[in-house]
Amino acid sequence: MRDKTPVGPPADDEAPDTALTRRDLLTGAAGALGGALLSRVSPLDAQGTPKKPAAAPVPAAAKPAAVAPPPPLPVAPDDPTKVPGTPTSAQGGRSPFVNPSRTPVGDLAGTSYSPLQDLTGTITPSDLHFERHHAGVPLIDPAKHTLTIHGLVERPSVFTVEDLKRFPFVSRVHFIECAGNARPVFRDAKNENITPQRAAGMSSNTEWIGVPLRVLFDEVGAKREAAWFLAEGGDASVMTRSVPMSKAFDDAMVVYAQNGEPLRPAQGFPMRLLLPGWEGNTNVKWLRRLELGTQPWQTRWETSKYTDPLANGTARQFSFELDARSIITSPAHPRSVEKGWCNISGLAWTGRGKIRRVEVSSDAGKSWIDALLHPPVLSKAYTRFSIPFSWDGKPTVLLSRATDETGYVQPTRERLVTVRGAGTDYHTNHIVGWRIAADGRVFFHGDT
Amino acid sequence: MSRTATVSALAALFAIVACGRSTAETGEPPASGRYDLGRAATAGEVAAIDIDIGPDGAELPAGKGSVSQGAMVYGAKCASCHGMRGEGMPPAYPKLVGREPRDGFPFGRDPALVKTVGNYWPYATTIFDYVRRSMPFLQPGSLSNDEVYAVTAWLLAQNEIIKNDATLDAESLKAVRMPARDRFVRDDRKGGAEVR
Repeated sequence: MRDKTPVGPPADDEAPDTALTRRDLLTGAAGALGGALLSRVSPLDAQGTPKKPAAAPVPAAAKPAAVAPPPPLPVAPDDPTKVPGTPTSAQGGRSPFVNPSRTPVGDLAGTSYSPLQDLTGTITPSDLHFERHHAGVPLIDPAKHTLTIHGLVERPSVFTVEDLKRFPFVSRVHFIECAGNARPVFRDAKNENITPQRAAGMSSNTEWIGVPLRVLFDEVGAKREAAWFLAEGGDASVMTRSVPMSKAFDDAMVVYAQNGEPLRPAQGFPMRLLLPGWEGNTNVKWLRRLELGTQPWQTRWETSKYTDPLANGTARQFSFELDARSIITSPAHPRSVEKGWCNISGLAWTGRGKIRRVEVSSDAGKSWIDALLHPPVLSKAYTRFSIPFSWDGKPTVLLSRATDETGYVQPTRERLVTVRGAGTDYHTNHIVGWRIAADGRVFFHGDT
Repeated sequence: MSRTATVSALAALFAIVACGRSTAETGEPPASGRYDLGRAATAGEVAAIDIDIGPDGAELPAGKGSVSQGAMVYGAKCASCHGMRGEGMPPAYPKLVGREPRDGFPFGRDPALVKTVGNYWPYATTIFDYVRRSMPFLQPGSLSNDEVYAVTAWLLAQNEIIKNDATLDAESLKAVRMPARDRFVRDDRKGGAEVR
């Protein structure tokens, strides 16, 4: 049971690894946990005591999730110059010797972590973009999907996907990061068996194509008194978030393409909201409706979830802009290092503009040296950094520390706990790194 | 004539012939700021999807439901995941009922505290909003307005926020004041050197 993934909100909302799976729900009585579930399915009477049992709600179309094992490796010819290769094909695939994979946790409401350690450069291949959804990935016919804009507008309007494509478009490279991306490693700072994928894989970086939101708001005649808008998704969660109008007139977009092709279903096909630099949850996927109003709607997703309780007895909400963060993606657990030269390579990003600097320490933070930032350094986008490193065989700790163009310096975990409190864990961005043992094995180091 | 101008002229000619319009434009956005794309949304089609209920509850629909009716709805539609008494099945299914700790709001200091509707939810009206749009998990949007009022009433009663013999409708739900009502503050981070 423990290796299965939960049906309900896991990962950034809850600890993921001990929950029920959709398979449990669907197979019902099979197994002790399924039995325990079924034993709970019984209506209460008016006094709140159990009555006759009822059947678990099972959707006919749902199928158990299954992660296919990688196919067996082919036998490569000893000399590829002496035999013809494979013929042309309609769609390419990766080398059978390369198998980067997301880590799915949960299924109907789940997260798939992006394999940061397997990626180079800054663009996340679309099939490896992290996914996070709250009621499954919907199957949407683009010919039937529409975006309705209404509320404080002169002309309530409906736009099809084809309508959107007729507006002037822009192309922008931006990261998206879940507000809970560092949550597991913030909560459990002592766990050393963490990969880059698990430490920061609820983020990805993409070339997005779409319409600036201000163009759409001009089209419908947004009224001057509009101060917030509500964005609503067209999936079974029908998720809603409130967004200040100022973001619409800054850099918000409604995007319909990523990395040269239409959006992938898990990224919101056929259209999603893109709010560069803002917490992932606000980038509403499968966007079906925008309503303009004067006040935030105080939805579940901006009150009960994605808020930051502070030590002073309040909870901070609308924490939109993601603070600067970095992570070394190589070397990293579970791989080992050997004596001699290699690259320290990693990613840095900030929701507040450009990364100005990434420093790396190879002595557990006693000294720091500037890493090379590989151009282009784009605003609110992944920046790749690297620095050559020669390991001398002695145990040590590698760390990275990002500074953004506002002068914000990525803090330690201890600093975040001091300024916010140990009970807060969304929007965490603390310095992390890797402990290198004497035998070259590499372990996560999150207790900074 | 430059190539761009030639293309523009050809485009204009094509537009005149093909579309019967008298002019064609390239390059500059329309002076009106409008591209005349999309179509007008009818009042009926907006109403069909305009389901949000904000903090003041102004959009709450007609209907009503009692705590005891809510117990029936909850038992049939919610308890299989959230437990008989709203205790949840963490971590997949959130705990819904619980007022602890009753003093203060120490969630920022204590990571072991469990957030519930009773202790970490600022507006009663948005319980209605969330339940109606997203629950039950496998049959979202299947509850009638009366059922949503009822299950909202049951949740509030279990959390000792309304009485066990209460019935909720739009007006009475608007009047409910949640324990965490004044705890939520706007983000005050601004970038720069300060870590907040």
